[in-house]
Amino acid sequence: MQDGGKIIVGLLIFVGLATLPFYYNLGAPMAKPDPKIDTPVIKELAEKKCVETKAFMRGGHMKLLNDWRDSALRNDLWVYVNAEGKSHAIGLQRTCMNCHSNKKKFCDECHNYMAVKPYCWNCHIEPKEKEI
Amino acid sequence: MSISRREFLKIAGITTALGLGGATALDRLRGKLLEAAEYKRPEDALKAKHWAMVVDVGLLRSGEDYKRAIDACHRAHNVPNIGNPKDEVKWIWTDTYEHTFPGTGYKHMTEAVEEKPFLLLCNHCENPPCVKVCPTKATFKRKSDGIVMMDFHRCIGCRYCMAACPFGARSFNWRDPRPFIKEETINKEFPTRAIGVVEKCNFCEERLAKGLMPACVEAVKDTGALLFGDLEDPESPVREVLRSKFTIRRKPELGTQPSVYYVIGGSENA
Repeated sequence: MQDGGKIIVGLLIFVGLATLPFYYNLGAPMAKPDPKIDTPVIKELAEKKCVETKAFMRGGHMKLLNDWRDSALRNDLWVYVNAEGKSHAIGLQRTCMNCHSNKKKFCDECHNYMAVKPYCWNCHIEPKEKEI
Repeated sequence: MSISRREFLKIAGITTALGLGGATALDRLRGKLLEAAEYKRPEDALKAKHWAMVVDVGLLRSGEDYKRAIDACHRAHNVPNIGNPKDEVKWIWTDTYEHTFPGTGYKHMTEAVEEKPFLLLCNHCENPPCVKVCPTKATFKRKSDGIVMMDFHRCIGCRYCMAACPFGARSFNWRDPRPFIKEETINKEFPTRAIGVVEKCNFCEERLAKGLMPACVEAVKDTGALLFGDLEDPESPVREVLRSKFTIRRKPELGTQPSVYYVIGGSENA
């Protein structure tokens, strides 16, 4: 172990560099995501219900959106009948964003927090939001 | 403490079985939630076994009529107007007789045929070569109604379909189309496309699902130049024309069996 010292110092530097991002973010304030559903359309709803339950939508909206896409595009089935038997027209712009017209406070809030970047909006047109 | 080989294998076996069983049980539970739901066709959707179109350019009286059909389509589908032929994106466009039906032209044809532009769009072939070459099944033929569809989500922009299509019906988005779509005419119910994606006419399948005729047909309805209907239904307007007038299709020798038919110089306005 003639070079033991050098190796250990080198290792320490490496570990330090590799974990730098963690130290960097340590203590940085990170606001918890707080998605809002206070859009005009939702406010007027008598019963504030999405196409499925809140719990299901929270965990499975991406799966549902994929199923919607395949159903409408591939099978020409444009109506979704949910677990309660209620029908909804399939369409991200037509149906989802009609109620959730606050993309920034509804979609981006959690997606940014989780660092996921869905590419929906490369093509789908996002609703116009008033600058606050 | 040490365990024997036998003991180890036993424990490993049991944990694997539990793990696998647990995973499938979880999947079952997850699947259930969605199984309760179902997908249906909208009641007012237009139905057909094989959508087809007849184009009678003789009935289009002026350049204005062509423009109406093209504008209606391009507005309905947020087709960008890039303004340079190299990057052009087109769903419905015009060309000369010789380019539309190559090899069938000759000298001294009627004025109507020689001078009138023909309206071109995706032929929604019965044997679509574009579908065969698509590596991701982004382009596919819908079995229920014969429309050759594009799923833009899946398109990886390889452009095999553009090479395969003998009709030049496909366009590639060489640049982001968004800045080239006018804000005031944008259709908020239809997406735009992204850079690197191929696009083409979809026979207005999203309008058919809402019970509406294709945008181009609707736009020049008063002229009767574009007819749309079910090729399998003898009573449809398409079949009526095919019965009464002589029609041709583009490049029949290739065997792709287009679903777009052309009436050549058959009208008094021609």
